[in-house]
Amino acid sequence: MGNYILELHNLTKRFPGVTALDQVQFQLKPGEIHALVGENGAGKSTLIKIITGVYQPDQGQILLNGEPVSFAGPINAQQAGIAAIYQDPTTFVELSIAENVFMGHPILHPKSKRINWQAMHNTTKKLLQELELDIDPDTPMKFLNVAERQLIEIAKALSLHSKILIMDEPTSALTIQETKRLFDIINRLRASGVAIVFISHRLDEVFELADRVTVLRDGKYIGTHNINEVTVDKVIQMMVGRPMHEMYPKTTIEPGPELFRVENLTRHGDFFNISFSLRRGEILGIAGLVGAGRTELAEAIFGITRFNQGTIWLDQKELKVRSPHDALSAGIAYLPEDRQRCGLVLPMNIASNVTLSILETFKYRLLNKPQECLIAQQFVDKLDIRTSGIMQLVRNLSGGNQQKVVLAKWMATKPRVLILDEPTKGIDVQAKTAVYGLINNLAAEGLGIILISSELPEVICMSDRILVMHEGEIAAEFERGQVTQEQILQAAIGRRQLEADVS
Amino acid sequence: MSRLVRRWEFILVVLLVAVFIIMSRLSPWFLDVRNLFDATLHFTEKAIIALCMTMIVITGNVDLSVASNMAMSAAVMGVAFRSGMSIGAAAGLCLLVGTLGGLFNGIVITRFKLPAMVVTLASFSLFRGIAYVLLGNQAVTGYPYQFSDLGQGYFAGTIIPNQLVFFAVLAVIFGFILHKTTFGRYIYAIGNNEDACRYSGVPVDRIKLILFTVSGLISSFAAVLLTSRILSTRPNIAQGFELEVITAVVLGGVSISGGSGTMIGVVLSLFLIGFTRFGMSLLNVPAQVMTVLIGCLLIFAILLPKLLDKFAQKSSRSA
Repeated sequence: MGNYILELHNLTKRFPGVTALDQVQFQLKPGEIHALVGENGAGKSTLIKIITGVYQPDQGQILLNGEPVSFAGPINAQQAGIAAIYQDPTTFVELSIAENVFMGHPILHPKSKRINWQAMHNTTKKLLQELELDIDPDTPMKFLNVAERQLIEIAKALSLHSKILIMDEPTSALTIQETKRLFDIINRLRASGVAIVFISHRLDEVFELADRVTVLRDGKYIGTHNINEVTVDKVIQMMVGRPMHEMYPKTTIEPGPELFRVENLTRHGDFFNISFSLRRGEILGIAGLVGAGRTELAEAIFGITRFNQGTIWLDQKELKVRSPHDALSAGIAYLPEDRQRCGLVLPMNIASNVTLSILETFKYRLLNKPQECLIAQQFVDKLDIRTSGIMQLVRNLSGGNQQKVVLAKWMATKPRVLILDEPTKGIDVQAKTAVYGLINNLAAEGLGIILISSELPEVICMSDRILVMHEGEIAAEFERGQVTQEQILQAAIGRRQLEADVS
Repeated sequence: MSRLVRRWEFILVVLLVAVFIIMSRLSPWFLDVRNLFDATLHFTEKAIIALCMTMIVITGNVDLSVASNMAMSAAVMGVAFRSGMSIGAAAGLCLLVGTLGGLFNGIVITRFKLPAMVVTLASFSLFRGIAYVLLGNQAVTGYPYQFSDLGQGYFAGTIIPNQLVFFAVLAVIFGFILHKTTFGRYIYAIGNNEDACRYSGVPVDRIKLILFTVSGLISSFAAVLLTSRILSTRPNIAQGFELEVITAVVLGGVSISGGSGTMIGVVLSLFLIGFTRFGMSLLNVPAQVMTVLIGCLLIFAILLPKLLDKFAQKSSRSA
């Protein structure tokens, strides 16, 4: 047993109304990369927060080098050599790299207890060299991109001589090259004996990097395997608890006539010469990497931002969209990617959120409470929103139910074209399946649906047609049933189809 | 603790009752209906501005230029009257100038996506400066006697001041708009999440533009009332009103970061501050000390719910 650096035994953590972790096991060896996977809501974040001392477990034991420990707060975990790196590093953007690295544990002059800037500068420089980062330690953090900021977080962990490094979705905002560099560094850290907990949604990364993988589902421990003893399909099945085809209940609808079309849409720097058409009842998937211009394109169509050139057509008539208000009255709705920031007014109740987009249709512009409640209740029933009532604050709903409220808000406007930007991001498996069902129903009612998604299985299984964007351009188009994840990925990273076929 | 007790408005009512009890004990003249009605004259101009300020603060913005706008529009009115314009036309011009001042704020804020705090801080200086340029250090006096009826007179032979009637009518209108119309719902929604409103097709910029323009109009209306009450115009009138107005709005339970608050709360807080001042003036409390006490009242009122929360937690733990 002594060869584990960190052991978690029968860890249980309850929150009001939900058991986030239920008798969970986890063991970490020095010098291994241990992947932790599971759907959203599986309990990964809670587990991480317990390891890093943010939460205290209700039951169970934590052993560090075989000794039982309990962390009263993050600072204790940090002192014990545990560091965490998050997908979106929280840094002090106006301060220098060196100041960020030594935040909370500055190097002091032994006598005067004044800060030893020179030593901090030099140590940071050395750490940066180890990470092959050629930046002056005095550079303010704000000039660094996300990838570089993550490396600074790693430098900070190294400066603390951390023995356990937790990386929570570190690659979600990185480009392919940045990801490669990060993996090189992770591999070197492993070689030097650091134990790494690696959390990722991308199973291909897990299989490339990890030595072992532990799967959680609905707060329960499902199993731990050496990576060479399992297949991707096996891991997915452990995560989801059921085979793939049940997750994506795509119903086949015969698409009708053309409904919507964009021609040569261009905004300098973001997207170029985008042309596509959409038919009634059709689900058009748009795949691509983060930063490929998909959201920018959708926001321009919806009137949040402007475009430089091109035209938008609905029912063979050209549309002039100058604001979301114009788009909505024409019949175009857009479900934004960031549900909490752009989709919902969290401190307000369900009824107010659902009707926010249709208030101007109210008679004399007066608030009509009975009418409002009627509309809200209809959607709560239709979308099966789990709530104590339509006066419940949206803030207190789960992610899946929040997303249903956003969908209800758009459905209330009776749109003809619905653009969905990552509609299942951050919601649990049941809610996902429910959202897919709703999308199918909407398509069956004759809406044209544009589905922007980074989850390849989702795009592949739900779409009738798939566009792949790469650096602001449409790189490929595929028909339903004729495409693999591989092909989409190749197109998304900019390799031409032919080359992909040849290699 | 029951819901009613937790409501801010309830706390304000309790404080208001407490002020009435304490003041009536300390001064025999406090509980005189005519006195109380006349006392409202000292704060109705600010109170009228507070109505629109309430809406602006609920959207998460603030208008610091209201008092300077009063001075500017009053100065224009004074100059116009001095140069021979009829008092009615001059007052109309005053309202026009105030409205334009508010419109200017609104346009700069919405077109250039600037924070209202910064823009109105600039016009706070600008408007006051224009008032000084127009009037120098002189005062305009000699307004006709009939004009004083607006700000000093009483409503239809009663003991209710005209100003209070204006305030009551406007308070009902503003309260109705805030609480019963879709425009009011937009105001709350913008204060809670402006981005989500934009993405929902809410005309955020138009609403802000309307609010700041109305704020200018209301400020100049208050300027007309003030001029009528004191029958003179100086460039330094209404100095510091903006902070007194914002104080009343915050004490009324409006979150300074936007999103919550009620019109009735602000009305209660206006009367609370107004009658507290009146009572203290009856007791010959010097103005400087009064300011100290108003500050203490504000801190106390803000702390009260937190203290009650703590108390409730303790008692529930021991139970």
